[in-house]
Amino acid sequence: MMRERIDCDVAIVGGGIVGGSAALFLRQAGLSVTLLERDWCGAKASGVNFGGVRRQGRPLEQLPLSQRAHAIWGRLPELLGTDAEYIRSGHLKLARSEADLDSLIAYRERSQGFGLGLEIITGEEFRRRWPALGDRAIGGSLCPEDGHANPRLVSPAFARAAAGLGAMVREQTPVDRVEKDGDRFVLLSGDSLEVRARFLLNTAGAWSWRVAEAFGEPVPLESLHPNMAVTEPLPRFLDVNIGVEGGGVYGRQVPRGNMVVGGGRGFALDSDRARPQRDAVLTLMRDAAELFPQLRHAHVIRCWTGVEGYTPDRNPIVGPSRTTPGLFHAFGFSGAGFQIGPGVGQTLAELVTTGETAMPLEPFRIDRFPPSASD
Amino acid sequence: MSELLPPVIVGAGPAGIRAAERLVAAGLRPVVVDEAARWGGQIYRQPPEGDFTRPKKALYGFEAGKADAVHRAMAAIRDRVDYRPRTLVWNCEDGALDLLCDGTSETLPFSHLILATGATDRVLPFPGWTLPGVFTLGGSQVALKFQGCAVGRRVAFLGTGPLLYLVAYQYLKAGVEVAGVFDTTSFAAQARATPGMLRDPATLAKGLLFVGWLRAHGVPIHNGVRPVRAEGTERVDALVWRDAQGRERRTGCDAVAFGLGLRSETQLADLAGCRFRFDEADRAWLPERDEAGRSSVPGVYLAGDGSGIAGADAAELAGERAALALLEDRGLPVDAARVRDLDSRLARIAAFRRVLNTAFPFPADWADAIADDTMICRCEGVTAGAVREVARSGQAREMNRAKALTRAGMGRCQGRMCSATAAELLSRTLGTGPDGVGRLRAQPPIKPLPIATIIPSPPRSRANEVCADATGGPEVRRKRGEGQGEGDALRGSGQPVVAFQPPTSAPPRIPLTQPSPRGGEGTDTGREVT
Amino acid sequence: MALLQRVAEQGRRVVRFTLDGRPVEALEGDTVMTAMLTNGERLRRTEFADAPRAGFCMMGACQDCWVRTEEGERLRACGTFIADGMRLLSNGEWTS
Repeated sequence: MMRERIDCDVAIVGGGIVGGSAALFLRQAGLSVTLLERDWCGAKASGVNFGGVRRQGRPLEQLPLSQRAHAIWGRLPELLGTDAEYIRSGHLKLARSEADLDSLIAYRERSQGFGLGLEIITGEEFRRRWPALGDRAIGGSLCPEDGHANPRLVSPAFARAAAGLGAMVREQTPVDRVEKDGDRFVLLSGDSLEVRARFLLNTAGAWSWRVAEAFGEPVPLESLHPNMAVTEPLPRFLDVNIGVEGGGVYGRQVPRGNMVVGGGRGFALDSDRARPQRDAVLTLMRDAAELFPQLRHAHVIRCWTGVEGYTPDRNPIVGPSRTTPGLFHAFGFSGAGFQIGPGVGQTLAELVTTGETAMPLEPFRIDRFPPSASD
Repeated sequence: MSELLPPVIVGAGPAGIRAAERLVAAGLRPVVVDEAARWGGQIYRQPPEGDFTRPKKALYGFEAGKADAVHRAMAAIRDRVDYRPRTLVWNCEDGALDLLCDGTSETLPFSHLILATGATDRVLPFPGWTLPGVFTLGGSQVALKFQGCAVGRRVAFLGTGPLLYLVAYQYLKAGVEVAGVFDTTSFAAQARATPGMLRDPATLAKGLLFVGWLRAHGVPIHNGVRPVRAEGTERVDALVWRDAQGRERRTGCDAVAFGLGLRSETQLADLAGCRFRFDEADRAWLPERDEAGRSSVPGVYLAGDGSGIAGADAAELAGERAALALLEDRGLPVDAARVRDLDSRLARIAAFRRVLNTAFPFPADWADAIADDTMICRCEGVTAGAVREVARSGQAREMNRAKALTRAGMGRCQGRMCSATAAELLSRTLGTGPDGVGRLRAQPPIKPLPIATIIPSPPRSRANEVCADATGGPEVRRKRGEGQGEGDALRGSGQPVVAFQPPTSAPPRIPLTQPSPRGGEGTDTGREVT
Repeated sequence: MALLQRVAEQGRRVVRFTLDGRPVEALEGDTVMTAMLTNGERLRRTEFADAPRAGFCMMGACQDCWVRTEEGERLRACGTFIADGMRLLSNGEWTS
């Protein structure tokens, strides 16, 4: 069998929102790019997540990347040729107690200077602006320019846009082997494809640990499965993306009227696929109906989950390999990679093209975990 | 053996009832779960309780004897089964079903499960098919036998399959004006199938009788028809159609009953982890079953139209056959002669089904004629053009991707009404065969679930619980995530997923695409996920 | 004008309910679908196109017959029996 051989500047393993956006920005910088995706681009966690486009509530160390991503989200139509149902609806984090409110106020103080523009809204003003939330909360913190989008559309669109600019995007192409041969990375997919590249981006989501391990960088990555459900279309009652301080259920109503809610965990069918879990689904439904009385008579029409990589400290791994020059990692977003993804992709492109970035990546070093934690 | 649970049967149609009857005869007490209020399934659906007075002969015609026998069979074992009518099975997960009855959810563990989930009409769209007054053939029959109602005063019957002439005949007998029978099958194709039909003279005779009766009452019968559109604004007032010569014609009517054969309800088999295969005859992905009805999942059995269209007679036999397989797998004695008898009768019916498929072929060219602006997904309002566009542009090469990008199959019905169309549109745009674009994965809940569903407290979780395995011995059920569902969701195009071969010797050969074996359940379930 | 036409078994007890506020009658044993469509031409208007719908499969598969009550409940019309005093709506909630 003839083995196809591709030589390029950058090989990317994983066509989610990070790999897809990195490919796009690398092509804009004029580098040749090959993106290998074993499924369809954006079909895994990038494409099946809740769809919140949210900076508010992130650890402060993520905010520079998150702000960078925010600017990219503002340019979606120009970059992707679609708005992918992205709307800057605002993200409202609810306080259900004075302690919650204090914690939201403290976050606003801490995050000042990052440009989130958080507004604490309570009392009459809160009830006036969100009568739908009734007395379910005493107030909340609004990030007016946060919002939500359709992940099924956004994430594939990045890889597609990259392909439109000349990136070689190969779907249904698993990578079976990767190694470094001199100054070239060599990736093999079965016996049919060999990709050689000067740079390698490891953006394979929950499966990235295998690439890292191949280069002597074991990481304690765990696969978890956030549980989601969507209702039938309902008359619009909610315009903001809702989270709850301290956790629990979260929800957004899309312009078509469906209410998407998330909370709890699904379970793995095998290492590749996951399903919603019955108790989690029922609990999520109960919690959602309690938080949003408008859902009282609604029906859930679909539940789903995905496979997402989580790190012990719930911060991602982003930045250069500590063992192998030319290799960059970006994974382990721990259930919060959608909004920040394009900012990370752009940063990876910057690292490849210039060798440096102004983004503070120290908190995301791959070697920050004690060796024992990864067996 | 003490850990064996009562067998569970989903569906109380001919297959489910005959399965239950056989299990009861063997001394078991099966659970029979059925969404309807009364047993009988769709084909032998009984009228509601109350003042419904028509005799079975009026309701079921030539099939009255069979219907009555099936009804009586269930009545006779009523106090020896745990019968759960008005109960939706909304999920199957980890060796248990989730039931919804009277607003309350209950988890029902099983060690042996017979799925007899039946079928509904297979449809392809045409302009106006969502107008009030356009119903499926099966639905039109339900209206008549279950409610004593006709779907209109003057009804046009459109499509193909045995139901087409049967329901038209039943309407005529009920005194309803039949505006015409518009058969998508060409006269030549029907004529070619006639010799084969002689293998089942009774069926052939009935078919001829229906046609003869309709003709004798002045009902026009047209062959080789394709629908152009149903006209009307608030309700249908005419069917515009193209005759075999390609001429456009118009027939006034206030209702259209249409269908193109039947489509299996396979969602639970999918959630149970059954492996699927593409069936050429049904032009659909179906859960695999052996001649006895065993699926690819030990302890899960398939019977009746829910795992391949074979009709009510076959469903009765297959239900009993699956029950015998179940008994055998539980180590109970079975009557070998009865097994042989059932197998040979099922084989005969299967052979005859192939004849019927030539007599009532699926009009595959219909899909090409669907205009881009025709709505294919009733739930989400997705057009044919949207599906073609994601195929043409290379964005979708299989069904789930097309669903993700277009919403076809994402609505309340989960693709029951549109997936046949979407598969035709995708495969014909891509130039693959009908088997080349995979199938929609089932997702719980398989039908809409009230958000206010009452949860039994405390919710039960069965992970690591001791329960019976399919061969009868108790075992510690595998932790969630370590098994089952191998047949679910052929990733991608529906092609078999190539399993990665674990590395043997050479260390550099790193299995990069093999996922983490460390996946498991987390505890921080409350974090907001973007 | 009614969409469905009764052709048999009309001797059942009368059930009274309202349809879009109008008092109307059905028969005991009618589904909500039969009750509504023997008194009108549709069950609902669609969310996205404001088009009339009157169900399709009548056997709980197509999910096209979900209707609302004045109390805000949602019923699958083909699988729910009519009861005295029900207050059913066939008008769109999306256009108002």
